[in-house]
Amino acid sequence: MGIHRGHKARPAEWLAEKFIFLVSLSAILMVLLIFLFVAREALPVLFGETNTALVQKPIPPDEVDKHSAAELEAYLEITPDQLARMSKETLRSLMDVKVEAQNDIPEEFRNDPDARINTTEWQYLLKAHQWSGYDKPEHIWQPVGQVKKFNIIPLFVGTLKVTLIGLFFAVPLAVGAAIYVSQLARPRTREILKPVIEMLSGIPSVVVGFFALLVMATVLQSIFHYQTRLNAFVAGIALGFAVIPVIFSIAEDALTSVPRAYTQGALALGASRWQTAWQIVLPAALPGVFAAAVLGFGRAIGETMIVLMVCSASVMSWSIFDSARSITTTIAAEMAEAVSGGPHYRILFLLGALLFAATFLSNMAGDFVIHRFKQKLEGKK
Amino acid sequence: MKKSLFILALAAATSVSALAGNITVKGSDTLVILAQKWAEVYMSQHTDVKIQVSGGGSGIGFAALQNQTTDLCDASRKIKAAELQKCIVAFNARPTEYKVALDGLSVYVNPENSLKELTLDQVGGIFTGKIKNWKEVGGPDAPITVYSRENSSGTYEFFKEHVLKGKDFAASAQTMPGTAAIVQAVMKDKNGIGYGGAAYGGSSKLLAIKKTDASPAISPTEETVMNGTYPIWRHLFVYVDPAKDKGEIAAYLSWIRSDDGQKYVKDIGYYPLPKNLRSN
Amino acid sequence: MNTLTPSEYLPEKSADTTRFTRNFRAEKFDFWSFFFSGLTGAATWLIVAILATILLNIGINGWSAISWHFVSTIPKKDFFDANTTGVLPMIVGTSIRVIVMTIFVIPVGVITAIYLTEYAANTSLLTRIIRAAVNNLAGVPSIVFGLFGLGFFINFVGKNLDKILHNTDAVWGQPALVWASLTLAVMTLPVVIVATEESLKAIPAGLREASLALGATKLQTILRVVLPQALPGILTGGILAVSRAAGEVAPILFTGVAYYMASLPSHLSDQFMDLGYHVFVLSTQSPNIEQTRPILYATVLVLLILTFALNLVAVLIRSNIRKKMRSMH
Repeated sequence: MGIHRGHKARPAEWLAEKFIFLVSLSAILMVLLIFLFVAREALPVLFGETNTALVQKPIPPDEVDKHSAAELEAYLEITPDQLARMSKETLRSLMDVKVEAQNDIPEEFRNDPDARINTTEWQYLLKAHQWSGYDKPEHIWQPVGQVKKFNIIPLFVGTLKVTLIGLFFAVPLAVGAAIYVSQLARPRTREILKPVIEMLSGIPSVVVGFFALLVMATVLQSIFHYQTRLNAFVAGIALGFAVIPVIFSIAEDALTSVPRAYTQGALALGASRWQTAWQIVLPAALPGVFAAAVLGFGRAIGETMIVLMVCSASVMSWSIFDSARSITTTIAAEMAEAVSGGPHYRILFLLGALLFAATFLSNMAGDFVIHRFKQKLEGKK
Repeated sequence: MKKSLFILALAAATSVSALAGNITVKGSDTLVILAQKWAEVYMSQHTDVKIQVSGGGSGIGFAALQNQTTDLCDASRKIKAAELQKCIVAFNARPTEYKVALDGLSVYVNPENSLKELTLDQVGGIFTGKIKNWKEVGGPDAPITVYSRENSSGTYEFFKEHVLKGKDFAASAQTMPGTAAIVQAVMKDKNGIGYGGAAYGGSSKLLAIKKTDASPAISPTEETVMNGTYPIWRHLFVYVDPAKDKGEIAAYLSWIRSDDGQKYVKDIGYYPLPKNLRSN
Repeated sequence: MNTLTPSEYLPEKSADTTRFTRNFRAEKFDFWSFFFSGLTGAATWLIVAILATILLNIGINGWSAISWHFVSTIPKKDFFDANTTGVLPMIVGTSIRVIVMTIFVIPVGVITAIYLTEYAANTSLLTRIIRAAVNNLAGVPSIVFGLFGLGFFINFVGKNLDKILHNTDAVWGQPALVWASLTLAVMTLPVVIVATEESLKAIPAGLREASLALGATKLQTILRVVLPQALPGILTGGILAVSRAAGEVAPILFTGVAYYMASLPSHLSDQFMDLGYHVFVLSTQSPNIEQTRPILYATVLVLLILTFALNLVAVLIRSNIRKKMRSMH
């Protein structure tokens, strides 16, 4: 389609082409906007502008005049514009609220060293801390309560735990099925099996979650006899259901794109179908199969509803029969109750930005591998 | 995309102004069914009033109140200082708080459990993980399994603040997605203990609670919750911008808290306000 | 091979050659070959069995609970009550949000695909960036789209719209049908682009060349020759996008879905009820799990019929196109 002519003679056509070009940039624009606007809401946490310290030194309302505008703005968390428009009475009642909030703090928290900590600082977000009432330093996600604990490590552990269980279940099944469908099955069977397996991706994740919650959890518990009915194991297997079609499609695609000459050569030399598949086709398609697993990982890490419905306790534990709370679940469950614009809200957005970065990287890696793989095959043809 | 957005917006802006005069209610999912019931009865009595109810959560409701996207905000908890500040910034006054119903929270155990009562401190000890075996509170020698709600629920927050006195739930507590799931889990686990709305206990056993060691054990019933002798209960609230609290909205709010409005509260599983609390 | 003595074609314990020769020799009955073919076959059929179990479980349980009354009723009081509840507002809400989404996503997606196949040089940096962006968009977690919808559409576009239009009350700066639809449109953009591209590529170059040779301009060729041919593919893309979006819950959680609304949405700035979200609510918030089980199954069945039927149609059209393409090359 390399014929380019008549542009200058036809201004309408020229305009239309420019329009088409501009619209085609929308995908890039959207990716940028997503990153920009998710990160924008998380910025105050990154810059250390949030403060969750429970006990703060209140400014007595009578001493308003003694403080500069900048001090008041920081203290009351308002913009200069808002301060300028505010009447004396409003300012006064705002100051009263601050004082009242301090007075409402229960006695036992007033002397608690934890109550003076700004828990949104990086060290509390990432490192274990010995909170009062605990025997040893621990990673804790407890965003609700007097002292809000925002350690995001348990959520990372939960996400990884569920995702890895899902992949352990899904990758062998999906790759096995991809080998079978692309290499071993008869053409007629293949024509039926492929769309059937791809149909699995048509089941909404909320339905998979529902099925896991109502049916699978009970069945699996009666098989494995673990104590907690809803745990990371059930969530992981259910997650596997959602990931299987993704891995299957990409792996199957990679396996079929291995040039026929390879297969025919091997078969002509007397190799069995299985030998051809295992020793010739699979090694040739390995990068593609690997990419399938990476993209499956990206899909699993971002899955929300399944994990939300099946398990949700943010326990810091690697045991697969314990509950787990993934990053996605945390965002979905807690956003509605978080104070809009508050530290909790900002940290949820921060988690979203991290999640976006993680899937962005795994997608880039997966795509890169597939791209290289296809180029290599085409070069060899 | 933006261009079409603006066209849509312009087309819509004209029709929106016609909606003025309606009452919008938004907030806690705990209250949304009750709020809907009230709205319906009220609308059938006053055909000229239109009330729109939606849920989302108390936090969503307060955010909407600050942004003035709702007239009334349903809440299953008291407004937080940060939200209060934002409201003051937004409409130069504190939002008016109306108590609209009572909710009793009960502690569920398996019907096979021989235990009948606990003190508040014991309940707190069990849920924080300090007490790990039933025999420590006079029950059989068996480990306790604790069932709790997810931390986004208002019930969780209330229980944490008032029964656990702000301490964290035990790390071993199982998190359940709803009250029904807790009841179901407790019914299947004879060492289980859970908490939730008094009306949703189903066939599980509701423990009687003693405020202190010396006080009598009180079972959660309509009477004990309403007269305040049962120790674990909370108010359910409606918040409103005082500038809007007149005309239709004021009439609606006072109807909600009248005998007529309060008689629907029990259908939903909450308790009506005692008479002395109805006038704010 | 027959003329060789066994010692020549089976050199003992010489590592590599042994493996190969033995493998090739064992063609008649190779245990491992049989075993692994069986294993991969079992994996395949296990996946099919899982799919069948899910569908049958929902189909059987849902069918016995579903009724005309159920799909045509607006629940007035307690939607956990099996006798009086219905899912009409959820069906309407899901349908409207998906239709509005289609209006946004199809033009943008199709035009992008046209640019990528008809105009862009395949190797240029820009094309590669656009493709990378499309692939990335496809992999962004759905909950991140939800955050994006809240941060961009509601907090930025909506709030500024209110400022521009001088609305005293926030009209657009809050969760609404249009924001949920737009969020979903961004999410399903890659689906439409990929499906359209696939169908555009399936059109033989000869057709374009013939059109150009007859004096048609490039745009005319695209509009009159290429697009009509690609219509089934574009349709597939649309259907796939709709079926994907219809079942998604996470992106609409903060952008427009309502736990409960007494009336149908009448305006783009209204909130709406949704089938997928309703499944979530019914399965986690129900006051009595046993009592709500039948309506839960029925709701799931309605959702599945909606998304699955669409998906099935799309898969069939697509496999047809692929077959055609294969026969052409």
